[in-house]
Amino acid sequence: MVIQNLRLPFLDSCVALLAACAVLLSAPDASAQEKQDKKLTITGASTAAPLVAEIAKRFESANPGVRVDVQTGGSSRGVNDARSGVSDIGMVSRALSKEEKDLKSFLIANDGMSVILHKTNPVQALTREQVIDIYTGKISNWKEVGGKDQKITVVNKAEGRSTLELFLAFFKLNNRDIKAQVVVGDNQQGVKTVAGNPGAIGYVSIGTAEFEVENGQPLKLLPLGGIAATTANVRNGSFPLARPINIVTKNEPLGLVKKFVDFAQSTAVTDLVKEQYFVPPAR
Amino acid sequence: MQPVQPLQSVTSAHTDRSLQLTLFIVSLVTASVLGLIVLFIFRETLPALSGPGMLRFVTDESWHPLENQFGMLPMLWGTLASTALAIFLATPLGIGAALFCRYFAPRPIVRPFRALITLLAGISSVVFGFWGLTVLVPLIARFEPPGASLLAASLILTIMILPTVALMSEAAINSVPESYSGGAAALGLSKGATIRQVILPAAKSGIFAAVILATARALGETMAVLMVSGNVVQTPGSLFDPIRTLTANIALEMAYATQFHRSTLFVSGLVLTFVIAALAIAAHRVEHRAGSHHAA
Repeated sequence: MVIQNLRLPFLDSCVALLAACAVLLSAPDASAQEKQDKKLTITGASTAAPLVAEIAKRFESANPGVRVDVQTGGSSRGVNDARSGVSDIGMVSRALSKEEKDLKSFLIANDGMSVILHKTNPVQALTREQVIDIYTGKISNWKEVGGKDQKITVVNKAEGRSTLELFLAFFKLNNRDIKAQVVVGDNQQGVKTVAGNPGAIGYVSIGTAEFEVENGQPLKLLPLGGIAATTANVRNGSFPLARPINIVTKNEPLGLVKKFVDFAQSTAVTDLVKEQYFVPPAR
Repeated sequence: MQPVQPLQSVTSAHTDRSLQLTLFIVSLVTASVLGLIVLFIFRETLPALSGPGMLRFVTDESWHPLENQFGMLPMLWGTLASTALAIFLATPLGIGAALFCRYFAPRPIVRPFRALITLLAGISSVVFGFWGLTVLVPLIARFEPPGASLLAASLILTIMILPTVALMSEAAINSVPESYSGGAAALGLSKGATIRQVILPAAKSGIFAAVILATARALGETMAVLMVSGNVVQTPGSLFDPIRTLTANIALEMAYATQFHRSTLFVSGLVLTFVIAALAIAAHRVEHRAGSHHAA
């Protein structure tokens, strides 16, 4: 059901708070050392972390005795940690740059994003410049881009969300320049806000948007650069507003690391990839 | 009425002592949980408060933590404005409902009406928020887009705190001694005059306590407000402007915040704690003064 799909970040923070209290009260675990060979450390992009954590959970229950520790800190930390050996595996939510080609990278998912409008909005496509002008407040009525005489409601994401980061990077915008009327937390809230407002424009993960349209939400996914916003086009790499989610290792993976990399790329985790609104890579 | 049982003096001393001990431990746990939470918030805010100086939270013009802008005032105004408006609406409605229930409602509907208000108090905030997002916000958007606004937040808060005001006010009114209204009737006062001149003044401090509790709930409410208020960081200029409250700010960004950003979110929490503490102190003062008036 819809309500269960809504994430409750505040609950998370309450749990974190209690956990922190517990940490304050308890002594550090001394026996961690002897489990070294049964332990994997994974660090890097916060976009990838929830998915990798889910994969790790399943990996742990499939391999009793193995502990996988997932920590966030950004794609650059993922690269640095993997290179320096601080972590066994790094998470990187972009393609590796030329200088990073010494690392071995493995695609585990694709992340695509679509601009969404209300279904009743007659506008069929927007150019890159039009999207930028709408988000910076230069265009504030739909009739300026060939729609009805209706005020535009700009829906933006809260600071720190990876979809915001991807959106800003793609349109080369500063969050400070965006003149939003509504700021939402997660994809679900974005979907509900646009679905409830015929003049709204927003952006969400393509996986979410497709799912919601199939379930009858009055939404429309806008094509970008003439390419339709579909998970298929994200998978084949033709949709421009997308990025790969990679895990990287310093050397050719061996032993437990290889086992995890193979597991993360196998069809055994396809459902997890979809659950996190990513697009599983072609296999 | 059952006759009161005489106390069994043989066992009571022992029971008293163990009861006292149990209650002492329970109170100690409650108090230390609160203490730990405050301590924890303080510890988490340290990097933010010791770093670039506290003034930044007041002087920065807006909130863009990723671009080093940490102005918190617009969110404080948003929190206070939505709460004030909700209290302004919920207080007369709640007291009205309580008076209706006690003095004017036809007998058969008193119980169902009270049950309804109690039920309203039990509905979880995420349900209110969801209803607001799918019904109330689109409704307001039809007149004045975007719909997600100070008005929507205040209306949702009003519905949420109404039961608190109504139920506690009714309890306060019920605790006014029967003899007061009897005396007023003997003096030939009308029902309306009795309520205005006798009942309400006598129940004043209880009603005031109800309003304070409702204010605290409105200040701290998170999920429902997050879903309907629009969450744009700005000082509201009209009822239809979107706002972001301090609580919504924490909920929106905490899950994805790291290091310094995370620490500044705890500062929002600290500010909120101060506001509620100030409220509690003010309430205590006012009640104290009311009490001394009675004595004089």
